[in-house]
Amino acid sequence: MNRALQTTGRTGAAFAALAVLLSALWMGASIGETSIPFSTVAQTVANRLWNAGYPLEPIDEGIVWSYRLSRSVIAASCGAALALSGVVLQSLLRNPLADPYLLGISAGASTGAVSVAILGVGAGYLTLPIGAFIGAILAFALVSVLALKAGRGTAAIILAGVAGSQLFNALTSFIVTKAATAEQARGIMFWLLGNLSGVRWPDAWLAVPAALLGLVVCIWHARALDAFTFGSESAASLGISVRRTYFVLVGVSAMMTAAMVSIVGSIGFVGLVIPHAARMLVGVRHGILLPASALIGAVFMIIADILSRTIITGQVLPIGVITALVGAPAFALILAQRRERA
Amino acid sequence: MTLSVSHVSWSAGGTEILRDISLTVETGEFLGIIGPNGSGKTSLMSLFAGLRKPRSGVVLLDGAPIGSLSRRDVAQRLALVEQQADTGERITARQAVEIGRTPYLGPLLPWSPDDDRIVDAALDNVDMTHLAGRSWHTLSGGERQRLHIARAIAQQPEILLLDEPTNHLDIGHQISLLDLVQRQELTVVAALHDLNHAAMYCDRIAVMQVGCLVALGRPRDVLTEERIRDVFGVDAEIDVDGGGLCHLRFRTQRSHARVTAVRPANLSATGGR
Repeated sequence: MNRALQTTGRTGAAFAALAVLLSALWMGASIGETSIPFSTVAQTVANRLWNAGYPLEPIDEGIVWSYRLSRSVIAASCGAALALSGVVLQSLLRNPLADPYLLGISAGASTGAVSVAILGVGAGYLTLPIGAFIGAILAFALVSVLALKAGRGTAAIILAGVAGSQLFNALTSFIVTKAATAEQARGIMFWLLGNLSGVRWPDAWLAVPAALLGLVVCIWHARALDAFTFGSESAASLGISVRRTYFVLVGVSAMMTAAMVSIVGSIGFVGLVIPHAARMLVGVRHGILLPASALIGAVFMIIADILSRTIITGQVLPIGVITALVGAPAFALILAQRRERA
Repeated sequence: MTLSVSHVSWSAGGTEILRDISLTVETGEFLGIIGPNGSGKTSLMSLFAGLRKPRSGVVLLDGAPIGSLSRRDVAQRLALVEQQADTGERITARQAVEIGRTPYLGPLLPWSPDDDRIVDAALDNVDMTHLAGRSWHTLSGGERQRLHIARAIAQQPEILLLDEPTNHLDIGHQISLLDLVQRQELTVVAALHDLNHAAMYCDRIAVMQVGCLVALGRPRDVLTEERIRDVFGVDAEIDVDGGGLCHLRFRTQRSHARVTAVRPANLSATGGR
C-alpha cells in the first residue's frame, strides 16, 4: 500500500511539474510588448495543432505561434539542458562550482560552431551542432588534463576552466575577426552573448529532443550519481563502473551544451545556480534532484526570456545578460557559503 | 566466499609499492594488516577491493579473477570502508547508509520496502538510529565512521574491507568501533595502525614492510620483540596473558634519555649551561 501511495505521489508530482511548465510557456506566449490575452494563446495553439478554426487576428496569431511560443519552448529546453549539465558535472566532479560555462565547455562549443559556420571546417559534412559538440568535448578534455596536472582539487578545475574559456574565446574572436564579414561578425558577437532572437520552430526540433534525451539519460544514471557522494573510489566499491559513467554523463552534458550553444550561444550561470536552488528545495537525491533542476531551469529561462523582451521598451536584451545579472550574485553567495562551511 | 591474492605486484609512477604478495583470507576470520606508513597497506586494500589492477599476479574472488567480474557483482559480495571518506553534499545520516543499497538498485530496480528494512537494521546495528535524521556535517568523526560501517553492512557483503577505520578517533570510539566490526558475522580484512588493537581483535595478522609481506600468522606468533624492532624501529615488551592475548608496551629512545638525565652529574652539567 505504501508502494502504491509512493507511485501515486510520483505520478502526481509529474503532472504538477507538467502543469507548471505549460503555464510558464503560456505566460511566455502571452506577455510581451503587446500583451495578448491567455484565451487567444489557447485558441492559437488549438488552431495550429488541431485546426480548430477559431477566428483570430492573423498578427496576434503570428506573434504567439511563430515568435513567442517558439522562443519560450527553446528557452525552456535550454534552461532544462543547462541545469541538468550543471547537476551532472557538480556531482561527478564533486565540485559545487562546476557548470558548462565556467568549465569552458560552452566556450569550446562556440569555437566549434564558429569553425564550421565561418571557416567551413568539415567541408559541408559537419553541421553546426556537431561542430559545437566536437568543440565542447575538446574543451572538456583540455580542461580535465590541465586540472589533473594542477593537482585535482576544487580550485584546480575551476582555474583550468578559466584558462580553457579564455583560450577558446580567444580562438573564436580570432576566427571571427580574420574570416567573417563585418555583418557576419556583428551577428556572431550578438549570438555569443546568448541570444534567443531569431530562433524559430525548426530550432526546436534540435533543442527539445536534446533536452529530453539528456533528461532520460541522466535520470537513468540517478543512482550512479548518488553513489558518487563520497567520491569515485567509493562509487567504484559500490558497484558503479566509474569510467563508463563518466564517459556517458560527460558526453551527454557536452551534447546538451553543444546543442544549446549552437542555437542560442553560450548562456552562463544557469547550469551553476539552478542546481543549487533545486537542492535547497528537494534535497540531494538525484532521482528527484534531476527532474526538479530541469523544471526549475526551464521555468527560469522562460521568465528570463520574458524579462529580456520587456525590461527595456522597444529593445530586446540578450538573454545571457539577464542570466548573468541573476547568476553572478548567486555565484558570490555560493562562494561565501562554501567558505563558512570549510 | 574466498578472497586471495597470489604473487601480486603493483607500482605507481615508476615506484614499486607492492612486491610479490600472496595471501589467502580465510572465511569468517578477522585478518589484520599492519605495517609502518608507506608499507603498502592501503594499496593492498584497494587491490583486494578490485579498485586497482595488479601489475602482475592475480586477485581471486571465489576463484575468479576479480577484474573479470562486474563491479556490481563484486560490490554485492565485498564492501570497502575507506580512510575518512567525506562529502560536501548536505545529506542526512540515513541517506549516507542508503547509498549502500546501490549494488542492488537500478533504473528498472527501484527502491523497495525491503531496502528500507535493511537500512533500518544497519542503522540499528551500529547504534545510530537516534541520529538518522541528522545532517552529515553536524556529526562527529566517530559517528561518521559508524555510518560508513552501516553503509557497508547495508551492502550485505560477505567480506568487509576496512582501511584504517579508527584513524582520528579517540580511544573510546576506537574500541567501540572495532567491537562493532567484530560483532558482525563477516569475514573482515582491516588495515590497522594500533598493534595492541590488532592483537586484541585479529585472528591472524599480516605484517607489511616496504611493499613485502614479511609475516603472517596468529598475533602471538607474529608480534615478537625482534620483528617489531625490525619493522617499526621501536623497542617493545610483549606479555602474553593466560588467554593467549598479547599486550605490547613500547619503550621510546627518550625513556633511556630521561633515566640518564636525572643522574646528579648530568643534572649539574645541564644546570651549568
